[in-house]
Amino acid sequence: MSSAETSPAALLFEATGLSKTFGIVEVLKDININLRAGEVHAIIGENGAGKSTLMKIIAGNQPPTRGEMKIDGETVTFSGPVDAEHRGIVLVHQEILLAPDLTVAQNIYLGRELHKGVFIDDRAMNEGAAKAVRDLGSDIDPNTIVSRLSIAQRQLVQIARVLLVPHRIVIFDEPTASLTPHETDALLKVIRQIRAKGVGVLYISHRLPEVKEIADRVTVLRDGRLVASHNTSELQPADMARLMVGRDVAKLYPDRHAAQARETVLEVEHLNVPGYAQDASFQLRKGEILGFAGLVGAGRTELMEGMVGLRPSRGTVRHLGKPVNFRDVHASLKAGIVYLSEDRKGKGLLLTKDLIVNLTLASLGKFAGVLQIDRKRESAALDKAIRDFDIRTGAKDILAGQLSGGNQQKLLLAKMMLLDPSIVIIDEPTRGIDIGNKEQIYKFIANLAEEGRSIIVVSSEMPELIGICDRILVMRSGRIVGEVTGDHMNENEIVVLATGVTKEEAA
Amino acid sequence: MANVVTEPAKAPKTSKDWDMAAIAPFIALALLLVLGYFANPNFMTTANLLNVVTRSSFIAVIALGATYVITSGGLDLSVGAMLAFVASLMILFLNSGTIADPALALTAGMALAIAIGAACGLANGLITTIGRIEPFIATLGTMGIYRGLTTWLSQGGAITVRDRDILALYRPVYSGSFAGVPIPIIVIFVTAAIAAFVLYRTRYGRHVTAVGSNEDVARYSGISINRVRTVTYVIQGLCVAVAVLLYVPRLGSTSATTGSFWELQAITAVVVGGTALRGGVGRIWGTICGAFILEIVGNIMLLSNFVSEYLIGAIQGAIIIIAMLVQRSLMRR
Repeated sequence: MSSAETSPAALLFEATGLSKTFGIVEVLKDININLRAGEVHAIIGENGAGKSTLMKIIAGNQPPTRGEMKIDGETVTFSGPVDAEHRGIVLVHQEILLAPDLTVAQNIYLGRELHKGVFIDDRAMNEGAAKAVRDLGSDIDPNTIVSRLSIAQRQLVQIARVLLVPHRIVIFDEPTASLTPHETDALLKVIRQIRAKGVGVLYISHRLPEVKEIADRVTVLRDGRLVASHNTSELQPADMARLMVGRDVAKLYPDRHAAQARETVLEVEHLNVPGYAQDASFQLRKGEILGFAGLVGAGRTELMEGMVGLRPSRGTVRHLGKPVNFRDVHASLKAGIVYLSEDRKGKGLLLTKDLIVNLTLASLGKFAGVLQIDRKRESAALDKAIRDFDIRTGAKDILAGQLSGGNQQKLLLAKMMLLDPSIVIIDEPTRGIDIGNKEQIYKFIANLAEEGRSIIVVSSEMPELIGICDRILVMRSGRIVGEVTGDHMNENEIVVLATGVTKEEAA
Repeated sequence: MANVVTEPAKAPKTSKDWDMAAIAPFIALALLLVLGYFANPNFMTTANLLNVVTRSSFIAVIALGATYVITSGGLDLSVGAMLAFVASLMILFLNSGTIADPALALTAGMALAIAIGAACGLANGLITTIGRIEPFIATLGTMGIYRGLTTWLSQGGAITVRDRDILALYRPVYSGSFAGVPIPIIVIFVTAAIAAFVLYRTRYGRHVTAVGSNEDVARYSGISINRVRTVTYVIQGLCVAVAVLLYVPRLGSTSATTGSFWELQAITAVVVGGTALRGGVGRIWGTICGAFILEIVGNIMLLSNFVSEYLIGAIQGAIIIIAMLVQRSLMRR
């Protein structure tokens, strides 16, 4: 652990010993962090490292369990985000929080409308909005309805809205998650402008190259602890990755034998999922792990859902050479194809039911006798699942919602594996899961392929696709735009395909 | 596996914590019995209690079906009107003289009632699932239809069983008893036992709970939501038909107002019994308990002089609100 040089006098913001516990789970422990005027300080870490919690505390959304925060050397406590805002701390959310049917100006002034007497002063707001947008280097017409704007433009409006408040500290929460590289560059430019005005910027991201580019200092969180804080010039992206993961990243992924050319088990030709995916054609071979990469909203999830009968779709799907058309999940499960949703809590598990009910829900037929369900067999199945998938649970009768994210994913995997499928489609297998469980899940996936099952992994985490897949298909705007294999499986090639960076830059 | 980060288990809140919600209605029932004992010496007599429970049989049996519908995330407002409609058709059939032999006619009439009940339930189910209309609106519509048809069949008056032989044969089904226990009470417990077995022990019952708990999870698990929901409405229709079989011999007649507001009583019984109105948690014995509570409250009010019996509706309304508040406070823990 080393610490970057800071001269206390110039500190705009300082936090010491920040800790946060939920119940008995400690999500943040003893974080010391500071911010100078006119610098960009990046906070990096894996999902679940505590970045969001830290930001929520600094932005006043949650009080810390322990610890102290100072602005200009003066101790502060926030009663809520509005209170933090009065102190000049503003947060740019990751999600776009705008009313899509209102205009740019109406959104920027939402909740703090300018008025003349009882009337809303549209002209003043339009002028103010135009200036705010112009200050960020854009010429969006303040009268435009927000739903007509691109994602990048909407984000700019959101930033303009946040910056309208007098501010000294701006927090960006993963602002580039859904942007193309070109749009990212534009955003970084905006951030440099903000910095030039003497504002302190806290920048959360796990995209390391852009952190290297924009940040003056980098602080790394892992499992709720601060593991390092350096000047950016002292670190390369690879160093940052190692600090984030806490070990050599390569070891995270299981060794895989190069898949031999085996028979094709699934052929998809010209599949259309109306509104989401067009003309998708691909093949899946036995024992193969096929990745689907792309930006959020590229239509990967919808393509899979269309394939297994969760959405209406048109086109040809051949399973083991025979044309199939699944009308619902029941039909695709019967054919031995399972789909594990990215939305584990909303579509994967019954959070308010116990583990057994969840485990056997999709395969109850195997546990039903003439009339009733055999509870002993169910209980035995849970014991086996807990062993096979290393589900960490205190007691067997707890509710699924009480498991950690990683153990929920293991339970969902166990649930679907009870069906003994030949094709397993896993959507965002490690979203919101800590590093230890991630490693295990990669191992399970590799084992399933080893057993001769065919796997499709949909993921927005490029390193994970590169780490476990034999081939990766890349989707953009509902179409499969390319395939990367072998030496071409690297982030650059995928990003180029996923964003269409060469042509569609004009946005 | 090296270096695995174990997350400390949160304070284990197991399924046992939910038991309080399951026990609450029985505690309420016990308290009511104590209250009744002090309110009037005649309350705690075998005769009175058997009478009260017998009278609760219609609502209790209908509410069993409602437990299924509500557990799967639906709602059926048409049950009161459906009861009147099915009973009217049954009596009209008995009066039609299609079958001369009274025993045979009665058997056929009862079978007909069961079939019509199931068909009415199926209609409700298909309208809400295939037709994709909110259950509240769909069954509000069929409530109007069943009620209107009943009024039309009876021309605004009453429909009465005319054949004395049939009536004589049929009466004991409501007023008779077996081994000292009135038949309606036996019917309550037998249907409840079947309902509990199906809901708690079978695959279908598990599916009902899953669909009500989270429709998406059920769908992604390969469960046919529409089929599960439609069948709950058919079960509701069958339960209404069983209630009809008990109701017709009681008075031997129906009118346009038969079963008015019974849908609200049935829903009250279900909710008081601890079943979650948003679906996902069904308590069969709680529902039976809820039906008893409603009838006993009415009985105590009749027997005591503190409160006018004209206020029964208001008290039952208050009960449902109190039950919801208790449920909420128990869930939060």
